[in-house]
Amino acid sequence: MDGPVTDAAPEGPARVEGAPRGAPARDLTGLVEALRRIVGERWVYTSEHELRTYESDGLLQYHVIPAAAVLPGSAEEVQAVVKACADAGVAWVARGAGSGLSGGALPIEDGVLIVVARMKRVLDIDLANQRICVEPGVTNANVSAAVGPGFFYPPDPSSQIVCSIGGNVAENSGGAHCFKYGFTTNYVTGLEVVLPDGEMVQIGGMELDHPGYDLLGAFVGSEGTLGVATKVWLRVVPSPEAVKTLVAFFDTTRHAGEAVSQIVQAGVVPGAIEMMDEKAIEASEQMANAGYPVGRGAALLVELDGAERECEARFEEVVGICEACGSDDVRVARDETERALFWKTRKAAFPAMGRISPNYFVQDGVIPRTKLPEVLERIEALGKEYGMIVANVFHAGDGNLHPLVCYDGRNEGEAERAEELSGKILDACLDAGGSITGEHGVGVDKKKHMPKMFGEPDLDAFQRLRCAFDPAGLANPGKVMPTPRLCGEVPGPYRQHPLEAAGLAERF
Amino acid sequence: MELEPLAARIREHGTAGQAVRPVGGGTKLGWGGAGREGAADLTTESLNEILEHNVGDFTAVLGAGVRIADAQARFAAEGQMLALDPPLGEADGATVGGMIATGDSGPLRHRYGGVRDLVVGMTVILSDGTIAKSGGKVIKNVAGYDLAKLFAGSYGTLGLIASVSVRLHPLPGRNATAIATSEDPAKLAAAAASLAALPLEADCLDVCWDGDRGHLLVRFGAAAAQHQAESVVERMRELGLGDARAEAEDDEIWNRERALQRSRDGIVLKVSGRPTDLPAVVEAARAQRGTVVSRAALGLSWMALPADADVAAVRDALQPRPVVVLDGGTKVEDAWPAPPPGTLAVMARLKERFDPARIFRPGAYVGGI
Repeated sequence: MDGPVTDAAPEGPARVEGAPRGAPARDLTGLVEALRRIVGERWVYTSEHELRTYESDGLLQYHVIPAAAVLPGSAEEVQAVVKACADAGVAWVARGAGSGLSGGALPIEDGVLIVVARMKRVLDIDLANQRICVEPGVTNANVSAAVGPGFFYPPDPSSQIVCSIGGNVAENSGGAHCFKYGFTTNYVTGLEVVLPDGEMVQIGGMELDHPGYDLLGAFVGSEGTLGVATKVWLRVVPSPEAVKTLVAFFDTTRHAGEAVSQIVQAGVVPGAIEMMDEKAIEASEQMANAGYPVGRGAALLVELDGAERECEARFEEVVGICEACGSDDVRVARDETERALFWKTRKAAFPAMGRISPNYFVQDGVIPRTKLPEVLERIEALGKEYGMIVANVFHAGDGNLHPLVCYDGRNEGEAERAEELSGKILDACLDAGGSITGEHGVGVDKKKHMPKMFGEPDLDAFQRLRCAFDPAGLANPGKVMPTPRLCGEVPGPYRQHPLEAAGLAERF
Repeated sequence: MELEPLAARIREHGTAGQAVRPVGGGTKLGWGGAGREGAADLTTESLNEILEHNVGDFTAVLGAGVRIADAQARFAAEGQMLALDPPLGEADGATVGGMIATGDSGPLRHRYGGVRDLVVGMTVILSDGTIAKSGGKVIKNVAGYDLAKLFAGSYGTLGLIASVSVRLHPLPGRNATAIATSEDPAKLAAAAASLAALPLEADCLDVCWDGDRGHLLVRFGAAAAQHQAESVVERMRELGLGDARAEAEDDEIWNRERALQRSRDGIVLKVSGRPTDLPAVVEAARAQRGTVVSRAALGLSWMALPADADVAAVRDALQPRPVVVLDGGTKVEDAWPAPPPGTLAVMARLKERFDPARIFRPGAYVGGI
């Protein structure tokens, strides 16, 4: 495997622990008592059967039982919980709905899991200023529901029915519509944050461009390592006047990729532009029964939205481009039902894989869009080399690939080989000038790949940011950075860090 | 583009504790106040290369010292643009680095967002000579911390921005602008709000105020631009605005809008407000005999005031909205409003970590950072 890997940086789907074996178990009785006083008996879980619910996030291959899970009901309770952890020197992980796909909300053994799922109040809706203020446990879909039908909240991860805004903020979630509309970070205008020392601050607000460093930009996407958001102000936008959706089928992904390039080159900015390859079409069709032609090389879903007249004109152009690029089968959604079916089929791709393969790894690499054909060829060659099926679904507009590497975990060594193949796919993305993750986050899953993308000085700069927020290293330690690091004092005399004393980390 | 020599020089400054001020085109030097005296200019002249223009990918990598006008000319040759259109200052001298460091923007912000929304990667040099990059060259990327956003708008106080990766957009083939006027700020603001709530997909939506009347302007850039502008003109009439018309030759109109964001001899204030604040903003500017240009749907406004204007009175009138002094920053006592103490403490810790030698424009930023 590539990159420095320590005991605390687990690789593969094997059972992993939050701390290396041999570390002394800590007695957290005092802290747990304090947590119970803060949120009440019933919202603190410490028994194993209760904690099992929280041992993994959406990435089931990693699981760790925390010492305690606490479910605060208000911002004040979150603050008191974080403060109690800080006083006890105990690390914590914040968790929203637990639907993340990078192990970002994986608990820490001997640590506290702070679950914000109970905090799901919509606090304020101000449509005159195009803002909504919510607690972090509100689901993504409920934000749009709260401001609809005149307005909507554009970032739409596939898990939007369950995933929480707090988790979206931590991961800078994207979705199918972000090529046109942008990501979570482009929509968060304010946050109330509990810092790892228990201090509560407000950064930004309803207004844009609050003077000073862009703490919002730093916090959104920081994967829960800078603090926990207790209140989120979001920008919402007017719902489009018209939406037009088509699916076009091609003989090869190369032809479909050419269509994507030509559409974008023509100056069209589709709301969404999604591609599935042959294997993904086959699996999705089995599940969604949309009448898709199994055996075709690629399906391209294109959705235009916006002003009625502009949308109509551009849509004809898109149909023309698809045909010119070799599609002899362009299906236009005639109504909302058919549009929903197209989307259902696209979104079925992940769960459908479970039907053709006992296990799979999802990758989240990004490439410059023009490199699509060569990277897809390389992925295909890698699949052949490893003798494994790799299905591809991707957000084609922004070059975000989700290759699904299929394997059977019951066969000795197959999971390891599948993970190795996944790593090589990421290498292919990086060689093409891309990124190891477009929307799922680094978490624990991809931190070992970070040194392939960033050099030591870059990682050092990241650590400076982290240390400004969390000098004691208590907020979601062991995530994002490839190896555990401590914060030196600036300036001042050397003091031994608790993790250092416990032999869990060394000073850089 | 060699960064090592510059990094070595910065490291020397850091070791010596010699304060520095990054300078690009020098078109915004007074913004945000002067900072401590005696800072040596650190010019980005040597960083003047357009390192990449990936036409098919709609991305580019630009040295900080590249003049914005030069970059836009290169992109335009391929039918593309960087969707950031702040005023470019004296002789169009503004550079990419200066625009990003000040978070400056123009009318296109309405549709495309600000600097923070279009920069996808950045390389910086810190006071110990560290050359660090974050982000990348692709438009979607969540690997690592987003340091580019932290440095955007940091006014050169964390380190030197050496180069940036940016997302580009297609240049609209055709433009058209719907424009109308009123002598009643409340009526103008109400009309702007009503248009902002519609899914118009306009490129720009401004309200400006000069003397005893103001304008509402909505620009479209698309195949159907003229048609869209004409239908907005009808709405403007329904909303009670006067002299509503659609203009196809509209470049001059928007150049005037951008010019209202600058003042050679006076004071320019940037107000971080809400769309519903607009009547109060216009009122506060009129009380000081000033002009206003507002990205009305975003709540961001620029006031150009005479040099002897009472900035404190404007701040009082708009309390608690943050008001920053851009042009004329050296003429006022405090160009920056104070952030909340807890937030300022985090900012001070960021400064300590990124600029431990404290050489990058000490004293020039919020709260004396």
